[in-house]
Amino acid sequence: MHNNSLLHRIWNRLKSWEGFLLLVLLVIIAINSTLSPVFLTSNNLINLFFLSIEKIIVALAMTFIIINAEIDLSVASMMGLAACVMAWLYHQGVPISLAFLAGILIGAIGGAFNGFWIAKVGLPSLVVTLATLIMFRGGARILLEDRSIGDFPAWFDRLGQQPLIGNLPLSLIIFFVLLVISIILLHYSGFGRYVYVIGNSKDVARYSGVKVDRVKMILFAAAGAVAALAGLLYAARLGAVRGDLATGFELDIITMVLLGGVSIFGGSGTLWGVLLSILIVLSLRNGMSLANMTGHIQTGVIGILLILSVLIPNTVGAVREYRDRRRFARQA
Amino acid sequence: MNAIRRTLRPEQLRILVLLFLILMVLLFFSTQIENYISPRFFNRISTSVAIITVVTVGQVLVILTRNIDLSVGSIVGFTAYFVGQQLAGNNDISPIVAVLMAVGVGGLMGAVNGVLVAYGGVPAIIVTLGTLAIYRTMLVEFSDAQTVLTADLPQWILDLPRANIVSFGDLDIRLMFGMALLVVIIFQFVLMFLPYGRRLYAIGSNPEAARMAGFPSKRIVFIAFVLCGALSGLAGFMYLARFGNITVVAGLGIELQSVAAAVVGGVNIFGGAGSMIGAMFGAILIDLLENSLIRWLEISEFWRDFLLGLLILLAVATDAVIMNRIQSFWSQSELELGSDGDGSEGQEGSYA
Repeated sequence: MHNNSLLHRIWNRLKSWEGFLLLVLLVIIAINSTLSPVFLTSNNLINLFFLSIEKIIVALAMTFIIINAEIDLSVASMMGLAACVMAWLYHQGVPISLAFLAGILIGAIGGAFNGFWIAKVGLPSLVVTLATLIMFRGGARILLEDRSIGDFPAWFDRLGQQPLIGNLPLSLIIFFVLLVISIILLHYSGFGRYVYVIGNSKDVARYSGVKVDRVKMILFAAAGAVAALAGLLYAARLGAVRGDLATGFELDIITMVLLGGVSIFGGSGTLWGVLLSILIVLSLRNGMSLANMTGHIQTGVIGILLILSVLIPNTVGAVREYRDRRRFARQA
Repeated sequence: MNAIRRTLRPEQLRILVLLFLILMVLLFFSTQIENYISPRFFNRISTSVAIITVVTVGQVLVILTRNIDLSVGSIVGFTAYFVGQQLAGNNDISPIVAVLMAVGVGGLMGAVNGVLVAYGGVPAIIVTLGTLAIYRTMLVEFSDAQTVLTADLPQWILDLPRANIVSFGDLDIRLMFGMALLVVIIFQFVLMFLPYGRRLYAIGSNPEAARMAGFPSKRIVFIAFVLCGALSGLAGFMYLARFGNITVVAGLGIELQSVAAAVVGGVNIFGGAGSMIGAMFGAILIDLLENSLIRWLEISEFWRDFLLGLLILLAVATDAVIMNRIQSFWSQSELELGSDGDGSEGQEGSYA
């Protein structure tokens, strides 16, 4: 009996969106490892993470924002702006460590700027971050115009490119640290509950005494800072900065979050789902690269995936409802 | 004051403010740039305004229903390339067939968006973010990273940007600007007088109520997306005529410009409010600023994006804060006017 209910519970868990993602992930891994014997080697797996590490770091912050029923389209521009601020300051003779901090600071300020218009003035986040998407990118262009700044100190480039502990590079370690912090914050803390409550209904949250403005402000400022950090890591990995750094990354980032079962209307979704969808997107891209597909096809496939991730549950729901109604009609 | 209040609605005030802003921009830059206000400048920007205006009209149709279409830039790029390639392969294709081809391909792409949003129940921002990538991928695959070259195109399409309807001295009214104006006027009339247009507002203001009232909401939203795609296709054709050389990055970023133009022009991003005329002035203001900043020597042209973003933000903020105030002030004074007629007073305050 006990065994039975345990099985039942596992079955129920597997029927959820996360279970479905796990299944998809296993299928992709199976296909990939038959396609190429190197897929499951630890070097390839690290490489798989490493090539999109900046996007998945930002995806963690984006998860909070979307669960909060908002959206931040400006993250990719913020990545570019932070990297440009750092590169520009360094070019002006500021030590690289100070320039790095300034980059993160500009991220927090930019994020708080978003938060101000959204939380205090009450504008829709879609419009605000659309405007700051253009603004931040503009800021990056103002600083660097059409130059490219490289020649960072060797240790800075190494930080982005070489393994730090074992064969894990710094950015991967940062990702795992941020992942643990995010999971604790979102799923095991009072702040996380606020994020969900506000996402479900802003009004109910406010009447229950949740400081809606402050939570939103914190989320956007944090998202800005995390995006800036990711942009700086990206600069360290590339070894050179240009004004168009990270252009268009927001699509991939939002796709990862939504595919992970986070509702665009807010209030539901888990970081576990997002982690699974990150793994899916990464191994899919890796597999497509192993199969010699170009980056553009990969982007197209990700786009299709994004639409399917909402279309499939909708269709399944509609079919189930139709079936239930038929059954009900027959019984009556 | 009451007379002004009675004749002028807040939406019209909005357009007046936009006209004032456009005038201010013109005045400011005429003191900064030599030969700024000249027929040549007007002719130059009228073509680029025409393209963005046509896309914006489509975007407004979609935004009115409380949706958004982020794939318009990719549709413009794809149709520009597709039609360009057909014309390059066969110079005998007549202009009308070429336009129909562009509108058809665009409409088809819009229909895909529309089916997924209206019948698939997928939020528009997800669908069009996806098709933004998918259509661009189709363009890259279809073109095989080749470029449509001006030299391969028939002469009539290369002459199109310089074709005039009428000229006043050096000042020409370009055919393409005329086309855009015609599109704006047609769809302004659709919005004002046709049942379909009124229903767009109804769905945008309250989707639930529109459904209860028995409107075929799904079909209306679907058609809005098809029209938006078709207009983007038309804009793609104009893009081809304007630039001649079409690469895989054609039309990149137009989605942001069109949303920005609509929002600056007073279209509510949550649907249900806005006009084509306003959106057109929004497009003109944005394009005017862009083209003026490029020629302004005081600051580098790289300030353009930064200022554009700031402008959008301020436009929306004033909309939310000031227009709300004005609107409640307006409706309140209307109540007072109404109660004047009855001889009873003292209702103010509670209706804010």
